[in-house]
Amino acid sequence: MSRRAVIELEEIYKRFYIGTPNELTVLNGINLTIYEGEFVAVVGASGSGKSTLMNIIGALDRPTQGRYHLDGVDMVAAKDRELSGIRNRKIGFVFQTYNLIAKTNALKNVEMPMLYGGVTGKKRVDRAKELLTMVGMEDRMKHLPEELSGGQKQRVAIARAMGNDPAIILADEPTGALDSGTGRMVMDLFHKLHKEQGKTIVLITHSPELAEETERVVTIKDGCIIGERQGTCV
Amino acid sequence: MMMFYENVRLALFSLKANKMRALLTMLGIIIGISSVIAIMTVGQSLTYTMTESMSSLGVNNITVGLQQKPQEEETTEEGMSFGGGMSRQMADEEDYFTREMLENYCETYEGSVVGISVTEGLGQSKLQDKGRYANVYVTGTSLGYFLANDMELQAGRYFSGTEMDEGRKVAMVSSIVVENMFGGDREEALGSVLQVNLGDKYFDFVVVGVYKYEQSAMGMSLVSEKDTQTDFYVPLKTAQGISHSEGFSQFTVITADGLDSDAFADTTASFFAPYYRNNRDFQPMAFSMASMVEIMSDMMSTITTAIAVIAGIALLVGGIGVMNIMLVSITERTREIGTRKALGAPNSAIRLQFIIESIVICLIGGMIGIVLGVVLGMSAANLLGASATPSMGSILLSLGFSMAIGIFFGYYPANKAARMDPIEALRYE
Repeated sequence: MSRRAVIELEEIYKRFYIGTPNELTVLNGINLTIYEGEFVAVVGASGSGKSTLMNIIGALDRPTQGRYHLDGVDMVAAKDRELSGIRNRKIGFVFQTYNLIAKTNALKNVEMPMLYGGVTGKKRVDRAKELLTMVGMEDRMKHLPEELSGGQKQRVAIARAMGNDPAIILADEPTGALDSGTGRMVMDLFHKLHKEQGKTIVLITHSPELAEETERVVTIKDGCIIGERQGTCV
Repeated sequence: MMMFYENVRLALFSLKANKMRALLTMLGIIIGISSVIAIMTVGQSLTYTMTESMSSLGVNNITVGLQQKPQEEETTEEGMSFGGGMSRQMADEEDYFTREMLENYCETYEGSVVGISVTEGLGQSKLQDKGRYANVYVTGTSLGYFLANDMELQAGRYFSGTEMDEGRKVAMVSSIVVENMFGGDREEALGSVLQVNLGDKYFDFVVVGVYKYEQSAMGMSLVSEKDTQTDFYVPLKTAQGISHSEGFSQFTVITADGLDSDAFADTTASFFAPYYRNNRDFQPMAFSMASMVEIMSDMMSTITTAIAVIAGIALLVGGIGVMNIMLVSITERTREIGTRKALGAPNSAIRLQFIIESIVICLIGGMIGIVLGVVLGMSAANLLGASATPSMGSILLSLGFSMAIGIFFGYYPANKAARMDPIEALRYE
């Protein structure tokens, strides 16, 4: 069966302090292809390079060397200005620390990527309400982040990530700051997005149990992919 | 546009969240703007009042006087040179304008000259009669003087031509004198004889007219009305007879309406120039009241502007305060900036957000400052007795200026925010 590749990483290197005695190679020739509708976990200990990989996939950083295509766009050739547009339309970020904008209610937070994407007026508000309803936060749309629990904040963050219907959802330790109960709820939400909407999800985690739930587990160590196996969710 | 509205909303939001800080930040702008506005208001009100009261003295008037001739600088043995100030001399009797010159002048420009006002001060004196008294200043005048000063005659008449020509001892007194000496009875005052003491001599004057005393708009009298010194007018020739002087050191020409008094001042000066060709030290000069008023208001506005510029320094300090707070604000909100970038905000949007925030702070501060400045300026102007007019120009200028401060001092912090590395910003604790 031939599926469309959403993320294509070829021979990706990332080095820091280039040309100094402290030169550091964080990513050492990563080759990774993620297909449309896949739910992939990237696991690795801290310092393995998974955060750097996430930054590159998320268009926050550029590789020192290699080729990267996201949804058919050559990300290495793209200019900074184009990268912010790509982050806006093609990538939905979910962070460990939620990163909701303080003093701004849930609805406005969800509207934010659409605001930067140029979605206007009622269309934007309706879409934000629809997304908040989907994550079960319809009763707390006018609440400020300070008034929400961790799990609720993460659900708002997931709704926000979905704003512009991105090609991939990039979740960096989304349950890292949550207790196991609420963490479970958040994971269930990812499964729901994956199954019901066919979203491509890349989950970055250091937890083997969570990784196990996905379709494919990619293990990174010292900047290299050292193993790929199927998860339980196939 | 959407972005703009969102940013204004966001800026107001973040101000509301940090009320105390926002207020302190605005304080610099408020003080700066309000002092500029207050000073401009007071300055313009004073200028207006002064030019008004000067114009009431007659814009058609030309003052003619004597001026020292420019001299070659004298060099002392030590090689030091002295400017005019050191060798300044007083004009003497022989330098003065003579009656003959004035008569010639009046004949030559009959159509343009309405009258000539000449005064000869004789000094102050005290009128006394049966325990009653009045302080006066004895002044010899020409008929033109009454014309030039718009005096209101309350009773009696002005001096007649004969009285002027023959130098009779007649006088015009103020309403205050009538009040003090005759209990306000003008009829009794007219025709009465008043003894005036000048130097060590006594002179008897017959009162022929009473004029209405008006307090000058500029001077404020510190003494009671009873002690107020008023002018006691006598014919010019009478005064000159008493003082034994023949000439006039200066006089005022009342020109016909519609005449270009500026140009006529030059004509007047050149008319008198030939008389002084052989005078070693002095030359005639003439300037119109209109040009005086102009010079006065120019000077006032220069002073006002200079003080306003100094007050503007407070604005500069306020602007630096805004920049300081904006820098603190972006540091505090580093994660927010990182998040916004991750969500796809281009650098330009981040920059716009913080510049708008800075403009909003400055504009709100500016508006408060304008209200405060207008109130301050108007009450100060009222205290000084000037009619207060808040200057619309300076209000608009201040609004524009506070906006400019917002942009100028907001740009650097905003740009710093816009150029943050999103990865670093997201990781910031």
